[in-house]
Amino acid sequence: MSWLTPEVTAILLGVVKAIVILLVVVISAALLSWVERRLLGLWQDRYGPNRVGPFGAFQLGADMLKMFFKEDWTPPFVDKLTFWLAPAIAMSALLISFAIIPITPTWGISDLNIGILLFFAMAGIAVYAVMFAGWSSNNKYSLLGGLRSAAQTVAYEVFMGLSVMGVVAVAGSFNMRDIVAAQTHVWFIIPQFFGFVTFAIAGVAVAHRSPFDYPEAEQELAAGYHTEYSGLKWGMFFVGEYVGVVLVSALLVTLFLGGWHGPFLPPIVWFLLKTGFFIMMFILLRAALPRPRYDQMMDAGWKVCLPLTLVNLVITGAVVLLHSGAAHAG
Amino acid sequence: MEYVFFIVAAIAVIATFRVVTNTNAVHALLYLIVSLLSVAMIFFMVGAPFAGIMEIVVYVGAIMVLFVFVIMMLNLGQESVAQERRWLKPGVWIGPTLLSSVLFVELLYALSKSGAHPAGAITVSAKQVGIALYGPYLLVVELASMLLLAALVAAYHLGRPERKDQ
Repeated sequence: MSWLTPEVTAILLGVVKAIVILLVVVISAALLSWVERRLLGLWQDRYGPNRVGPFGAFQLGADMLKMFFKEDWTPPFVDKLTFWLAPAIAMSALLISFAIIPITPTWGISDLNIGILLFFAMAGIAVYAVMFAGWSSNNKYSLLGGLRSAAQTVAYEVFMGLSVMGVVAVAGSFNMRDIVAAQTHVWFIIPQFFGFVTFAIAGVAVAHRSPFDYPEAEQELAAGYHTEYSGLKWGMFFVGEYVGVVLVSALLVTLFLGGWHGPFLPPIVWFLLKTGFFIMMFILLRAALPRPRYDQMMDAGWKVCLPLTLVNLVITGAVVLLHSGAAHAG
Repeated sequence: MEYVFFIVAAIAVIATFRVVTNTNAVHALLYLIVSLLSVAMIFFMVGAPFAGIMEIVVYVGAIMVLFVFVIMMLNLGQESVAQERRWLKPGVWIGPTLLSSVLFVELLYALSKSGAHPAGAITVSAKQVGIALYGPYLLVVELASMLLLAALVAAYHLGRPERKDQ
């Protein structure tokens, strides 16, 4: 076993960890479809899927079997290259972002110095999934879904980036582990409350979840950008959406709720508890809120959230400078 | 590391070539996105991760999205593909290609004279980029912000609501 040097072992261990994290994320994202339907049922005073297995817990298996064996129909009028590319982008772009999430002090895939910026890059790429799906389907409703998605995501990504810059300024780093380490005493949700609120709103919009699910608003656009999709390709959009939910929840925990920090319980439990809480909030939002009008949503983004994040950033910068100035003087 | 560079550089050249030769506007934009991503990869390789990630966030994530947005709004059909094909006749592109290949030969000659500089020996952090931008290059940053403000005001002017009495 001469090739099993410490370096090779470290690489193998890293690969195994990455694969475990990938599988956990994908499986929990898929399971969320059942969790969401059960919870929606509970909150709307009805049953939801309760036939397959105890409490309907094996519904996912039934759904997957159906999805695998359904005909994967590519309509003759679509643009094949982009039609096939779109679901792959939808699922992979947000999955890649999990590389930067530090789960516990020892678990995490990649410790990048550009950290959070990688998420913004991947969120930018994820837009193409919806745009290409909408355009390539050659269908009016799909195209409208794609156009809405482009406008919505560009509008919300602008202040999404700005909302995190307050956290970056206080932590003094883009690195996610540095950001978690900076929250040992106070979680950033307290000093950066407005950053938290705007990031959470933008996160819902970027994952295009209800009440910001304009790209697929089913009452007006059939199923929006994925109207023409079926079988596994549709399944990839479906799982991709839940991956977005898990990712935004994990990011909220890492950036604003102190990541794995917490008393008594081990780090992994704290991380999972906090992430689970935000996932439940995503589902509760969908159950509780109606969809606002499209122009109202855009107005809220540009006229309320963007100025709010700018003011937040300026004040944070001033406070950080004041503190560092005091440190230099003292 | 050098092999990785050559692979990425080859992808960038091929993708950019396909941007020009592709007759379908959305496919051409797709190749342009690939080209920008490979340029970002080169930034990562030469030790400028901040520039690389900004290339993806700004160009791929924002500017190209608007390009695709506009092309989608125009709803070009088979007609525009045929038109593109007519425009790509040799008579159209042969002159500029010859002239720019002369420039390319001159560039190669100049590069071969100046000798190779080692790249990627140091990694430039985001903090260093910020200090450089708001230190020696402050004037350029201010000028760029004025230019952007002017563009913003112009766009607002074009998009203003028409007055009733006109």
